[in-house]
Amino acid sequence: METNSNNRSGILIVDDEFVVRDSLTKWFRQDGYRVEAAENAAGALKLLDKGPWDVILLDIKMPGMSGLELQKRIHEIDKAAAIIMITAFASVESAVQSLKEGAFDYVTKPVDPDHLSHLVQNALRHKNLSKENVRLREHLSTLLTPDDLIGESPQIKKVVELATSVAQTDTTVMIRGESGTGKELIARTIHINSNRRYFPLIPVNCGAVPESLLESELFGHEKGAFTGAQYKRKGKFELADGGTIFLDEIGTITPKMQVQLLRVIESHQFTRVGGSEPIKSDFRVICATNRDLEQAVKEGAFREDLYYRLNVFTVSLPPLRERRSDIPPLVQHFVQKYSTIMNKPVKEIDAAALDLIIRYPWPGNVRELENVIERAMVLAKPPSIKSTDLPFQLAQTHAAPNGDTLEAIEKVHIENILHRNGWNITRSAEMLDIDRVTLYNKIAKFGLKKP
Amino acid sequence: MASIMVVPIGSVPAGHLFAVTTGINESFSMPVVRDTSNRIDPAFAFDPSRNQYYSTLLLSSLVRMFSSHRGKVLAVTEEDLYIPVLTYVFGEAQLDGKAAIISTFRLDDTLYGLPANPRRFEERMIKEAVHELGHAFGLVHCRDFECVMHSSSGVEEVDLKSSSFCVQCTNTLQTSASGTMTDGYTRSHP
Repeated sequence: METNSNNRSGILIVDDEFVVRDSLTKWFRQDGYRVEAAENAAGALKLLDKGPWDVILLDIKMPGMSGLELQKRIHEIDKAAAIIMITAFASVESAVQSLKEGAFDYVTKPVDPDHLSHLVQNALRHKNLSKENVRLREHLSTLLTPDDLIGESPQIKKVVELATSVAQTDTTVMIRGESGTGKELIARTIHINSNRRYFPLIPVNCGAVPESLLESELFGHEKGAFTGAQYKRKGKFELADGGTIFLDEIGTITPKMQVQLLRVIESHQFTRVGGSEPIKSDFRVICATNRDLEQAVKEGAFREDLYYRLNVFTVSLPPLRERRSDIPPLVQHFVQKYSTIMNKPVKEIDAAALDLIIRYPWPGNVRELENVIERAMVLAKPPSIKSTDLPFQLAQTHAAPNGDTLEAIEKVHIENILHRNGWNITRSAEMLDIDRVTLYNKIAKFGLKKP
Repeated sequence: MASIMVVPIGSVPAGHLFAVTTGINESFSMPVVRDTSNRIDPAFAFDPSRNQYYSTLLLSSLVRMFSSHRGKVLAVTEEDLYIPVLTYVFGEAQLDGKAAIISTFRLDDTLYGLPANPRRFEERMIKEAVHELGHAFGLVHCRDFECVMHSSSGVEEVDLKSSSFCVQCTNTLQTSASGTMTDGYTRSHP
């Protein structure tokens, strides 16, 4: 409701009676508003160009195009303007009609001055709040953008490009990739870039829930559906209404669940466990797997029809070892992240440690990398992470068996166990299930030395 | 020399006119004079269906009647005023124009079933007079609820505000006055 001279709110008055236009114009000008008046719909539509108008006062009964008709036209041109209808006599029907069409309110002539000024102030407040809401939402979408999607390699850029372009559609997406490559992150990116972003993204880890529970997890259940079902519960598909459901580890579900899933995904309709009422839900499906589904289909473990239903658009995430150029920025990102979380002034990693990290094969991909950095950050002494802060698997890349002989493997294994136990002989001997003397002998035999 | 002329419309007690004349004197540096000859018969602006007087018509009549007067004209009436789209108005003024009018009808506590309070009535009258003249000097409504230019559509709101301009309105008043008047406009207190 700022009414300072630079940013004055605008009020447009449309009424066929001169006295009404004249008096209202004067009245609102004295209130400091920018005011224009038109005597008919044509004039009003012309004046719309001189807008934006924050509040538009419209006479319902006018010769030519009626106020109701004009209201619709204005709404098509400027959705944001708050429209207040003026009626000469309380014609409730048309006033109600105008409210249904989205008018802010209506007044009957003559109007109480107190009422009119409050009404206009409320309309302006309402308009400003909606404007602010739009602005905040835009701001929020920029904040929502997952910043964890790090990488400059062509492989990851391609993935991001695919994800953002498929986001705008409602197409089912299948995300393929090894464990820890960031499949959920991609699902989140797709959701956030889609028109469903203000609705929930519901992740379901199909592999983590036993089959009997998965059904009620996905579809919900009615009270008393089974022992322990004390309350009615909404399922994930119901919660995802308007949004996206992310089915992780889709390859692990049983044939029975596959049938049910297929039906739900096709009809967007289901019933709760123990219920009979069909529930409709508007969701988008994104699923992820690290299994070879094609092989599973061949073997009959995964239904072919469900496979084709899900595999509409595939995004394949490359494993970390295939995009090693992304490791340094990822490391830097995680160091920053944990430095903030742990409030620890470790801001960098030394060259030797980074070299070890780059050369490691990363079977656990980005997740493993993040965990390694988190662990290193705990141990590191400011200002930087050194190779000694890294776990033994990395630091000990030389401890690969030198040949396939049993002796070579035994040597490496003993060395690893000793390292893991910090050269505590008793604990290492227990772990190897040999006595301490034997261990000493083997240490001497292989010439192992405490670092 | 330009002046603010206070005139009655219809029968207005001389005491009211005197109170307004002296009350607004301090707010504007232009001299304030009274003309009690009562030259306007408001009957032509009367709407029998509303039992009220159309204030805009009265304003135009004032402008015609005092066309030779240099300065502003403030009319005081005891009649209830309206503009067609509103149920009533306390007063009306030409924004940055010549004429202003106030009605004392709704300022009297007895209208609201309360005992008469002449002192409060007089205060309200002065505030409304300063407010409408403020419009005639080009001021619009002010957000400062203590400023006399704050919009008030009920007597409670009139009572809340003071009878003087806030700093910002005072400044606007001075700049607009010095721009439009050759004889200069400065606030001075005797």
